[in-house]
Amino acid sequence: MADLEGIKQAIVKGKRKEIVGRVQAAVDEGVDPQSIISDYMIEAMKEVGARFEAKKIFVPEMMMAARTMQEGLKILKPLLAAGDDSQTKKSGTVVIGTVFGDLHDIGKNLVVLMLESSGFEVHNIGENVTPEAFVEKAKELDADIVGMSSLLTTGDPYVKATVEALKNSDIADRIKVICGGAAVTPKYAVEVCGADGHARDAVSAVNICREFMESR
Amino acid sequence: MQTRVSSETQEVIIGPDQPVVIIGERINPTGRKKLAEVLERKDMGYVQQEALKQVQAGAHILDVNVGISGADESAIMVEAIQAIREVVGVPLCIDSADPKVLAAGLQVYKGKVLVNSVNGEEAKLKEVLPLVAEYKAAVVALTMDDKGIPTDVSTRVAIAEKIVNEAVKLGIPAEDVIVDPLAMSVASDDQAGLGALRALAEIRDKLGVNQTIGASNVSYGLPERRAVNCVFLAMAVLNGLTCPITDPTVWPVRRTLLLADLLQGKDEFAMNFISAYREQNPDEA
Repeated sequence: MADLEGIKQAIVKGKRKEIVGRVQAAVDEGVDPQSIISDYMIEAMKEVGARFEAKKIFVPEMMMAARTMQEGLKILKPLLAAGDDSQTKKSGTVVIGTVFGDLHDIGKNLVVLMLESSGFEVHNIGENVTPEAFVEKAKELDADIVGMSSLLTTGDPYVKATVEALKNSDIADRIKVICGGAAVTPKYAVEVCGADGHARDAVSAVNICREFMESR
Repeated sequence: MQTRVSSETQEVIIGPDQPVVIIGERINPTGRKKLAEVLERKDMGYVQQEALKQVQAGAHILDVNVGISGADESAIMVEAIQAIREVVGVPLCIDSADPKVLAAGLQVYKGKVLVNSVNGEEAKLKEVLPLVAEYKAAVVALTMDDKGIPTDVSTRVAIAEKIVNEAVKLGIPAEDVIVDPLAMSVASDDQAGLGALRALAEIRDKLGVNQTIGASNVSYGLPERRAVNCVFLAMAVLNGLTCPITDPTVWPVRRTLLLADLLQGKDEFAMNFISAYREQNPDEA
């Protein structure tokens, strides 16, 4: 019997050295790769997220868990039937970047890591991204959700311009827009700029993206 | 090199042969809900309390950042400077990402202020340095540029050098540039602490300028943040940090800096440390 619970626990505890062997063993026994991902690995990341929110674990532990997840995915992804990206399709596609005039990337990259580990297809379009580029990339990559990060209060006008550009584009009814970063308050993002949501940290970003996808 | 900043009544000297100068960080609404609320209402009473509290706790300079989403930051900056002036005499550090706000603050400030900040981005150099030159101020220089925030040491040193050179071209003496080599969180990169310490040492050895650092960044996302901050501060002082931006009302932080002075022979007869200890423990003396 493959120890699927062991796979989940290896991710929760961030045991990078264990995960490869455990996943390989499960695959060798014929467990469906898709099931390993969605029933155990993504569940593990949900638990990690909940523990982080409950302040039971710290940022490095969350990152270790996500890295462990990715080690496991390296084995599983190639095994998924060609063209079967159902898992990421189901979870959704997120286009994410830091707004124009702002070069901060650490927080945004942590959000990327957590979203990827939670089964989303994530396109990180970098820093200093103009409102036009956000719209263009969201279209090109067929985004369900567009996320933007802003660390500087001078980024305020660009957060607003980016949200407005997305909301005035022809994909407005297909996408949800979320904002995060030290400079953005929930009130500013949602009430002033008209975004669909505000994420205070990487875990809340994942939760909000899940809610958006479940509500459609 | 010595950097001198002043108010109408006080002068503070920052230098490697001086005790550590504390730039109080608490007047900054980023992540501080209460302060953001009062600033939005332009209620300066709370700002004055924060100013007083920090100076009583040993702050030599006060950082003033009033950036809140969707508000007239220039107007609030001017009001904050004037309000703080009513209660404390220490020099200030005008802190904004917006050059217009810096200009508004510089216009009303009396003395030689510290401007926070310029960095290696072309637009910033062009907008901020001329202001610093015009008002004969000192300036904090962050080691980031149009390419982002470097994690390696040599890029940080190169950006610091570039900013100092640009400043000197505009008539700002090198000693009036205080470099901040940007400490990042060790929670997301476990080499970030080492990188910042090495950058401090190399910038000190190569450029000789004073340096500041926002120490609280280092511990973000970790348990026992205060302990992380304190150990980092002590190590940073040894590597060339002369004027940290930090919270002196946290006794362990202040204690760390006082002890760093004492253990580096900058506190004669340990009097600064002992008198601060006594303030903290009034009953034991």
